[in-house]
Amino acid sequence: MSEIIPIGPYHPLQEEPEFFRLHVEGERVVKVDIEIGYNHRGIEKLAESKSWDQVVFLVERICGICSTSHPAASVNAMEDLGGIEAPERAQYIRTIICELERIHSHLLWLGLAGHFIGYNTVWMWVWKYREIICDIFEKISGNRQSYAMFKVGGVRRDIPDEDIPWIRKSLDKLKLALDLFKGAVMDDPVIHARTKGVGVLTKEQAKNYCVVGPTARPSGIAIDVRKDDPYFAYDWIDWDIVVLEEGDVFAKVACRILEMYESVKIIEQCLDKMKPGIIDLNVKELPPGEGIGRAEAPRGEVYHYVRSDGSNFPVRYKVRAPSYMNIFSNEVACVGERVADAALVLAAVDPCYCCTDRLIVIDQGTKKERVLEGNELIRLSQQRTEKIKKELGVK
Amino acid sequence: MVVMTWKEIEKKIHTRFDDRILKWFQHNDRRIYVDINPDDLIDFSRFLFEDLKARFVIASGVDTPRGGVEILYHFDFYQLPQVFSLRVFVKKPELEVESISTIIKGAEWIEREIKELLGVNFKNHPDLRHLVLPENWPEGKYPLRRDM
Repeated sequence: MSEIIPIGPYHPLQEEPEFFRLHVEGERVVKVDIEIGYNHRGIEKLAESKSWDQVVFLVERICGICSTSHPAASVNAMEDLGGIEAPERAQYIRTIICELERIHSHLLWLGLAGHFIGYNTVWMWVWKYREIICDIFEKISGNRQSYAMFKVGGVRRDIPDEDIPWIRKSLDKLKLALDLFKGAVMDDPVIHARTKGVGVLTKEQAKNYCVVGPTARPSGIAIDVRKDDPYFAYDWIDWDIVVLEEGDVFAKVACRILEMYESVKIIEQCLDKMKPGIIDLNVKELPPGEGIGRAEAPRGEVYHYVRSDGSNFPVRYKVRAPSYMNIFSNEVACVGERVADAALVLAAVDPCYCCTDRLIVIDQGTKKERVLEGNELIRLSQQRTEKIKKELGVK
Repeated sequence: MVVMTWKEIEKKIHTRFDDRILKWFQHNDRRIYVDINPDDLIDFSRFLFEDLKARFVIASGVDTPRGGVEILYHFDFYQLPQVFSLRVFVKKPELEVESISTIIKGAEWIEREIKELLGVNFKNHPDLRHLVLPENWPEGKYPLRRDM
């Protein structure tokens, strides 16, 4: 006997368009059907009518959260096509921007996840400290989001030496906040009860669904483009990738929190190692041929493929966002979970719907559909936390 | 986790498929493009995914003026920098190729996408519904074709 519960077309947590049809038996999910495409904007087609320089701006608009990861893969692809190597200083600046973005993106997700399980204090505090990153971005690029820093053969803006002490001071403040979040989230018994053993994606499943980034690494797969196919300055810096074995929601949370420490380490080293120099090669033309660019976005590997006939426009531009691979894995990660946990599992891959692109619950016996509104799901999830708190005697 | 170096992988591919490789093109030491016949796609993909433990990254289709659609299947080998792209040329008007999602689950979505955007039919695919385009999208209109 099962029932169908629809979640969407707006995900209650991220408020982005995606549709999940949950087939449930009682309180347990037995099957998930995912629909995407609500946000398909035809960017690949549009790219074919833009000049190489404009393409970088265009792909920056694919995602509103990790706006710089697509430009990163894009310049990597074009530089692969043209055999171009950007100047050293530009590579350090690019690395700093990418890592700042990882921290801000992970913090955004952590805050939302906190709200979803009923920890509104976590939500407010995390987002408060996320402002530090947004301020750094504003200082460097003039924008809190969509920084327009990258171009083929370099970056558009330098980081002036006089700004560096202030950036370092801001990072020190952030490190204190990270310690606070690490303690508040990773040592909390209620969060343990809510997330440990929930939504497990096994190593075998992770390989089969070809997942990437902080969806693969918590399942014991040590992949990270920054290490495997080093680009920018990642090869010149000492840092570690975070790999965990459990594959559950908790491991995914822990992976992101620990990664932020690595990001701070990377940024500090870049600031140390950066030497004065040119930041742009002023590339005017790209040869005919093919290019592949990869970059490790906060959600995993971004993959861009370009084909050029030597003109000023790409003949074909293929974009593969990490969520494209990760969201599909929910088909297995959600099965066996409670409805109150399902939306949390779905959100644990930090799905980016802009990049990829909705939940219905179906009763298998009656075949009846009932749509769960976002607020209802959040209420269900928060009720579950309250229940666990009572069981554990935590106030 | 690295079990093989690129040299070993390269050797294994050559030993097994040397007579079936139409063209081996190395753009640089990290990017390898290999042209094969569509009939060899399943064997090749199975060999890469199951024997060499490759990871399927994505597939990309390009409509060409040469009377067909070119599909590239991109693979990587986890901790190695190499991207290995298998190229098959699918001729018009049949535009049909075997689906690799029977071997690699993660290829299901992209094959659905290539089907609706370029009109390539994937044989034995478990579910060829629309993925990114709406259900009422007119039949026979493929947005990524050259004539669109």
